[in-house]
Amino acid sequence: MMARKIRKQANRKQGASSRSRSQRRVVVMVATRKGAWLYHGDAARRTWRADGPHFLGHVISQIMLDPRDRRTLLAAAKTGHLGPTVFRSTDLGRTWKEAAQPPAFAKAPEGQQGRTVDHTFWLTPGHASEPGAWYAGTSPQGLFRSEDGGVTWKPFSSIGDDPQYLKWMGTVQDGTPDGPKLHSIIVDPRDPAHLYFAMSGGGVHESDDGGRTWATLLKGLDVVEGFDKAQPTFHDPHCIRICPSNPDRLYQQNHCGIYRLDRPSDTWVRIGRNMPEPVGDIGFPLVVHPRDADTAWVFPMDGTAVWPRTSPEGRPAVYATRNAGKTWQRLGAGLPAEQAWWTVKRQAMTGDAADPMGLYFGTTSGELWMSRDEGRRWACVARHLPEIYSVEVAEL
Amino acid sequence: MKVLIPSALRSYTERSKAEASGATLAAVLADLDRNYPGIRFRMIDEQDRIRRHIRIFVNGEQVRELSQPLRATDEVVIVQALSGG
Repeated sequence: MMARKIRKQANRKQGASSRSRSQRRVVVMVATRKGAWLYHGDAARRTWRADGPHFLGHVISQIMLDPRDRRTLLAAAKTGHLGPTVFRSTDLGRTWKEAAQPPAFAKAPEGQQGRTVDHTFWLTPGHASEPGAWYAGTSPQGLFRSEDGGVTWKPFSSIGDDPQYLKWMGTVQDGTPDGPKLHSIIVDPRDPAHLYFAMSGGGVHESDDGGRTWATLLKGLDVVEGFDKAQPTFHDPHCIRICPSNPDRLYQQNHCGIYRLDRPSDTWVRIGRNMPEPVGDIGFPLVVHPRDADTAWVFPMDGTAVWPRTSPEGRPAVYATRNAGKTWQRLGAGLPAEQAWWTVKRQAMTGDAADPMGLYFGTTSGELWMSRDEGRRWACVARHLPEIYSVEVAEL
Repeated sequence: MKVLIPSALRSYTERSKAEASGATLAAVLADLDRNYPGIRFRMIDEQDRIRRHIRIFVNGEQVRELSQPLRATDEVVIVQALSGG
């Protein structure tokens, strides 16, 4: 196990700032298979103004606002015909400009096959102390970094050239239906050199030295029956989140359950065992509370038999824990009571930083839903959108 | 030479025909990219392979290699193909 640094606790004095936060307007960024939309909320988050489509017909995996300047947007894009790229806006989406050098693998030596980025899947802004720094995860699995606000991107760290990592990544056929992915790139808010990322498949990885070296973080995680837990290639983390109020705590929604990790332990605990048995603990997204590390939300999917990945029994609901996973509560008020066979992808549920916190999710059937009270009551914001890949929210 | 640009790439050229020069297809595409930065990577991947849903024709014949020699009088047609829905 790698040597662990002592890191200062994140500032917990958030009462005053949370009050001011609740007055700020939010923008919800919805990325879909056919373009992107921005929904601007009023201060109360009751009414929403749709701004879009942006990039109509483009496959947009994610749109993310830079929290350090609250102006710069990055959009991960491709089309059915054209190769992948990243678009940037420095005026909140009024105008867009393409990255000069989008994420791309190095050219292979003559006679070797070489890898090709199919699409950029995941965007993570760098540490607050590193303005202009961004990370990107791609399909197939690649880790990239930009130092200039997303204008130019370069392969980051050695994992793309490491035979061991390449073996763990497997081939395109080993990956998820839309291609194997590198995702959940996490920067410790206390230390820009402390990083995590996950691969579907390929497991969870951690660096304590700014990405120079990595170690696996797999203890306690289950894999599909019949496979070897010791092999990272068989691990399929779907979504990992770090708690802003306690960065020593992470939650994970995995192909095989819901987990919590409290550092310095390196063993994940399957808190999904405490979910109601008929619902199970399979799903894609997971959201953590900005000020309470004991609170998290998931959106369960049916993981039985042929893995339908739809709301169990056609009754969609978010499930919340308020005690770090000891118990879970169904939150479905306002959502359809029956015959709603929704799928919510791993990037398609998120939360704002207001008090009470707002929760948002988008379905593959093109509906955007939100709750202004941490999931107790839900309302539909938009219908009839294309398949939703990602929902992000930011304060302006 | 004349290069016909498909609709998916006209956000770069702003018209359906562009002029480019070069002794090979690779050189012509490099010249296009100098005039319209970013256009090449949308058609050609980082391993110098023509992307899956892009087809390139020279004087009506499909070309699969970037090393294909070209003459100044050739007409290059870039087509977006086989993807939609």
